Amino acid sequence: MKRIYALEDWCIDCKRCEVACKVFHSKSKDPVKAFLFEQPRPRNRVRVEGNRTLSIAINCRHCPAPKCVEGCISGAMTRNPETGVVTSNPEKCVGCRTCVSLCPFGAVTIEEGPRHPIAFKCDLCGEVPGVPGSPSCVAACPNRALIYVESEGN
Amino acid sequence: MLDYVLPRYRVLRDGDLCIQCGVCERSCSNEVHHVDEELGRVTANNGACVNCQRCVVMCPTQALAITRWPQVDSGSANWTLETMQDIAKQAQTGAVLLGSMGNPKPFPVYWDHLLLNASQVTNPSIDPLREPMETRVFLGSRPEILKVNERDEKLSAPLPPQLRLDVPLMFSAMSFGSISLNAQKALAMAARELGTFFNTGEGGLHRDLEQYADCAIVQVASGRFGVDPHYLGVTGAIEIKIGQGAKPGIGGHLPGEKISAEVSRTRMIPQGTDAISPAPHHDIYSIEDLRQLVFSLKEATGYAKPVAVKVAAVHNVAAIASGMARAGADIIVVDGFRGGTGAAPRRIRDNVGIPIELALAAVDQRLRDESIRSTVSLVAAGSIRSSADIVRAIALGADAVYCASAPLIALGCHQCQDCSSGKCNWGIATQRPDLVRRLNPEIAAERVVNLVHGWTHEIKEMMGGMGINAVDSLRGNRLMLRGVGLNEKELEILGVKYAGE
Repeated sequence: MKRIYALEDWCIDCKRCEVACKVFHSKSKDPVKAFLFEQPRPRNRVRVEGNRTLSIAINCRHCPAPKCVEGCISGAMTRNPETGVVTSNPEKCVGCRTCVSLCPFGAVTIEEGPRHPIAFKCDLCGEVPGVPGSPSCVAACPNRALIYVESEGN
Repeated sequence: MLDYVLPRYRVLRDGDLCIQCGVCERSCSNEVHHVDEELGRVTANNGACVNCQRCVVMCPTQALAITRWPQVDSGSANWTLETMQDIAKQAQTGAVLLGSMGNPKPFPVYWDHLLLNASQVTNPSIDPLREPMETRVFLGSRPEILKVNERDEKLSAPLPPQLRLDVPLMFSAMSFGSISLNAQKALAMAARELGTFFNTGEGGLHRDLEQYADCAIVQVASGRFGVDPHYLGVTGAIEIKIGQGAKPGIGGHLPGEKISAEVSRTRMIPQGTDAISPAPHHDIYSIEDLRQLVFSLKEATGYAKPVAVKVAAVHNVAAIASGMARAGADIIVVDGFRGGTGAAPRRIRDNVGIPIELALAAVDQRLRDESIRSTVSLVAAGSIRSSADIVRAIALGADAVYCASAPLIALGCHQCQDCSSGKCNWGIATQRPDLVRRLNPEIAAERVVNLVHGWTHEIKEMMGGMGINAVDSLRGNRLMLRGVGLNEKELEILGVKYAGE
């Protein structure tokens, strides 16, 4: 499957990926509405860690044998066997944080949900959960520090 | 002391569009923008803005634009705001004013007064999409007579070494130190792909770029930084830099803070020391001395590669060029006053030198008059802005052109003329690791290659329109040019007729 890889050599800590991610995962898909008006506030699923000299975008690797799916106690975190995309169902998530503690990449975060805090993670910008779209963080990166490429393992 | 210097620019932020994401703050090495969470708005320190436009390009909502500082001047056409600000700056610092890039003053741009010809009825134009067009040129000295063994269909004597350029342009000298390694690498990668050459400038050849050495021209300048037999041996050609269009008559000064470990190793000087290139070569005080250096370099490299000599376009450039040809230079490079620089005293940049168009025409004519034009190659440099400028330069007599500002603009440069601060937000004219990494050479090389491909298509279109199918047939073909808005003297020096003639 195609996966997003982050290249720390070229990450410049601009966080345009975070902006694009938040906008894509908003209701309006409009940056001004997404950042200033929408409630509940849309969440970005990619996040840049580090500083100006060394930074990297932390993003889900959509592992072939995902620990988050293995550890999920509510069946919210699933991996689509056809596409390999790992997504979290906000309706089922109980916010137990098992996925957060199991993820080797720190790619799952717990943020405010409609009723209680729930897990948020990259869904490869699919319109339908489990079906990859065209990742907006990759398109927004000005320095090709995020690449979306075919990789080994399903 | 109270600072009398006014800001030059003002940040215009559209409050309706700003989402306070902080991309501008993180993009600015001059620390202009600040997301003030307490106030819930983004503020700007306008005085620090240099108008590099990085924030404008990076802003995800296009909420930013940079405008001039709205202060009116005194109302005097003599004491303009700029003139008075320069005085205020010098009154405060007591220092020489520094500037970067080429002469920005409104001197005439002669390219814009030269129009190209096209075929109509009496001779056919050529469609470059249907018929072959040759953009390849060779640079080097030519023998006066070509002796051919007609029976074997071979040359009786070997030709002097030639540089093969698939497109009639090369990337002019920019040293590692004045520009970042990523910028130089991008040009090296582009030169390889385009079948042309990049020039290392006076900064030596970084070991990471040795893989591109066959498309490099290395410079031997007055500081002799980075020069050793290996440096001379691995490259395509050697260039002796006598002068630079942006700052004729003076040397160079790369301050110690830009001499990082890598720059130090490449230049072969101690880390942190100033790299000072003297104004003259201390072993060149005459054409005869130049001849000695030319032949020392040829001797050192077994007469296997051409030696170029680069001079700034100055008042008697034609006579100088004639001397250079006689001193054994295979390629003569003339650099006009609009050519760029990483740093130059502003008064020198703005007031010294002459336009490349006039210098090129004068040099070509002088060499022709002395019947030595065919023995050397002539390269024009100093702000070639488009494919049309290349066509005009070739028609005025150049074999090829050197181009640097335009490829830098392709890399992201917005001509803010603040290279000397070392804080280039585009990762070009800086050695700061956090800024250098902003320029991914892979993307940068693609952009330069795209630019040159575009230009090459346009050159073919323009030549085709004239009914010419090879750059070789356009060279020195001044009948393809007509002047507009020029006086008799200008036409005479340019060697072109007025439009309508």
